[in-house]
Amino acid sequence: MNDRKLIDELLASISIHKHYPEGTAHVEIHGNRVIGVCLVDGLTVDSIEMKEGIGVTLRVAKGVKIKNPVHLCFGMIPETGVQRIEMKTVIEDDASVGFIAHCTFPNARKIDHIMQADITIGNNAWYSYMERHIHGDFGGIRVIPKAKVTLLEHARFVTEFELLKGRVGEIDIDYETVCGAHSVMEMKSRISGRGDDRIKIREAAVLKGEYSKGLLASNIALKDHASAEIYNDLRAEGAYAHGHVDCNEIVLGNAVAKAVPIVQVSNPKAHVTHEAAIGSVDSKQLQTLMSRGLCEEEAVDLILQGMLSQKN
Amino acid sequence: MGKLELKNLTLKLGGKNIVENISINFREGDIHAIVGPNGAGKSTLAQIIMGLPDYRDIEGEILFDGKPITGLTIDKRAKLGITLAWQEPARFQGVSVRSFLLAAARDKTEETVDLALKMVGLAPELYKDRAVDETLSGGERKRIELASIIAMRPKLVLMDEPDSGVDIEAINNIFSVIHKLKEEGTTVILITHSAEVLKEADHAFLLCRGKLVKKGSVEEMVCIFNGTYKTCECLAQPEAEAIL
Ligand SMILES: Nc1ncnc2c1ncn2[C@@H]1O[C@H](COP(=O)(O)OP(=O)(O)O)[C@@H](O)[C@H]1O
Ligand SMILES: [Mg+2]
Repeated sequence: MNDRKLIDELLASISIHKHYPEGTAHVEIHGNRVIGVCLVDGLTVDSIEMKEGIGVTLRVAKGVKIKNPVHLCFGMIPETGVQRIEMKTVIEDDASVGFIAHCTFPNARKIDHIMQADITIGNNAWYSYMERHIHGDFGGIRVIPKAKVTLLEHARFVTEFELLKGRVGEIDIDYETVCGAHSVMEMKSRISGRGDDRIKIREAAVLKGEYSKGLLASNIALKDHASAEIYNDLRAEGAYAHGHVDCNEIVLGNAVAKAVPIVQVSNPKAHVTHEAAIGSVDSKQLQTLMSRGLCEEEAVDLILQGMLSQKN
Repeated sequence: MGKLELKNLTLKLGGKNIVENISINFREGDIHAIVGPNGAGKSTLAQIIMGLPDYRDIEGEILFDGKPITGLTIDKRAKLGITLAWQEPARFQGVSVRSFLLAAARDKTEETVDLALKMVGLAPELYKDRAVDETLSGGERKRIELASIIAMRPKLVLMDEPDSGVDIEAINNIFSVIHKLKEEGTTVILITHSAEVLKEADHAFLLCRGKLVKKGSVEEMVCIFNGTYKTCECLAQPEAEAIL
C-alpha cells in the first residue's frame, strides 16, 4: 500500500474523511514510519528511525501560540505488528499548543503500541494532549504508554486519555509528572473495558513547587470479565500546593476493579484530597430509566455513557 | 373496570405488613390522590405498582387494563404505559437533559424535548445541554423528571410527593402539568401528605399503617387532613373498616 492510501485508511478509521481545516498542522505515523507531515510556523517535527521503532521530537518555539489543535495520528492498518515510538516534546517558554492524538488500530489481532514520551513544558507555557484510541473488536492489542512530564513555573498541562470505541485488549499506562511553582496539571482517563480486557493505570504526580495544582481523575466502566487496576499517586511538597484524586469505576458482570490511591503531603501548607467510588450501576438510576420504558441493557448503557463522558 | 385495579394487595417486609390487604379501583382518566401520614405505606404502594425489585414479592393481584401485571418487570410495565415520578429523582453524572428526555420520549425528536421542557417552565436552550446531576437544584431536577414523563406520554403516572422540594411558583406549574396530563387522557395517581396537592385530585384514598382506611371525596378528606389525621387512628379500628 502506498503512503497516500495508508494515510487515507488511517484517517477513515478515525472518521476524518475530509482534509483538516486550513492552517491545521498534522503528523501521521504508521508503524514505525512518519508518512505524513504538515507543519505550521513555530512547530518542528524531527524523526529518526531506530533499530526498533522511531524517535520523534516535537518542538514548539518560544512564545509561539498555535491556534488550531495539532492532530497526531498513530496507527497500524495491518492485523499484526509493533509500533514503538520514543517521543520527545518540548514546549518552550510562553508557547501554547494543543495536540489531539488519534491512535487507531482498526484491524488489530496482535499489535503492540509502545510509547515512551518525555515532555517538558516551559515557563508559562500551555500544553494539552488529548489521546483518543480507536481499536477493533478483536482485542488483540497491547497499549503501553509511558510518559515523564516536567512542568516549569506557571506551566499548564492537561491530558486526557480516552478509549471508548472497540476493545481495549491490554493497556498499561504509566505517567509521571513533576510540577513546578504555580503550575497546573490535570490527567484524566476515560476507558470502557469488556471481554477479557485488562487495564492498568499508574498516574503519579509530585506537586513540587509552591502553589502548584494537580488533578488525577479516572472514569472506568467494566463489563464481562474485564479488569482494571488504578494507581493514583499524588504527593504535595510545595507550600500551598493543592491536589485531588478522583476515581470512578462501574463494574458489571464478572468484572473486577481495584483502585489504590496514594496521597502524601510533606508540607503543612499543602493539601490533597481523594475520592473513589467503585460499584455497580446505581439502582435508582437504573429503575428510573426502566420506568421510562428502557430495558435494563439500554438503561445501563446510558448510565455508563454518562459516567464516561464526564469532564470532571 | 378500572384502569388499574389492586386486589387484596399485601406486602410483608421484615416480617411486618407494610401494605395490608389493599383493594382499590382507579378509574381511567381521573386524578386520584393517595394520602396518609408519614410511614403509612404510600410510597411502598407506588413502588409495588411500578414493580421495583424489592417490592415484587406480594400477595394479591394488580390488573392494568384488566390484565394481570404482577409478574412483569419495571420496563415491561413501563412499556404498557405505567410510570413513576420519584419523590427524590435520581441524578445522572454526565447525562444531558436532552439525552435523559430522549431516552424516555415516545417521539424521539428535538421538538418533544423542547416542548416537554417548556411545559415544566424551563427554557430549553438553558437546560438541554446541562447534565442531570448535582449542579441542578432539587426543584429543577424534579421538573426535569416531570418533563421526561411528559415526553413519555404514559397512560398512568404515579407521582410521589410532587410538591416536595419545589418552590411555590414551581408547584403551580406542576399542578398545571398534572391537569394537562389528565386532559390528554392520562390517569394520574398523586401520592401526598399535603392538603394542597390533595385539592388537585378528583377523589382520594386514605392510607394508615399500610391499610386503606377511607375512600371519598377530596372535601371529606381535606376535613380529615385539617384534623391532622387525628381520626386516622380510630378509622384504622376494625369497626371503622366495616364502614368503608
Ligand atoms: N424495605 C423496607 N424494609 C422494611 N420496612 C420498610 C421498607 N420500606 C419501607 N418500610 C417501612 O414501611 C413503612 C411505609 O413506608 P413508606 O411507604 O415510605 O411510607 P410513606 O410513603 O407513606 O411515608 C414505613 O414504616 C417504612 O419504614
Ligand atoms: Mg413516601
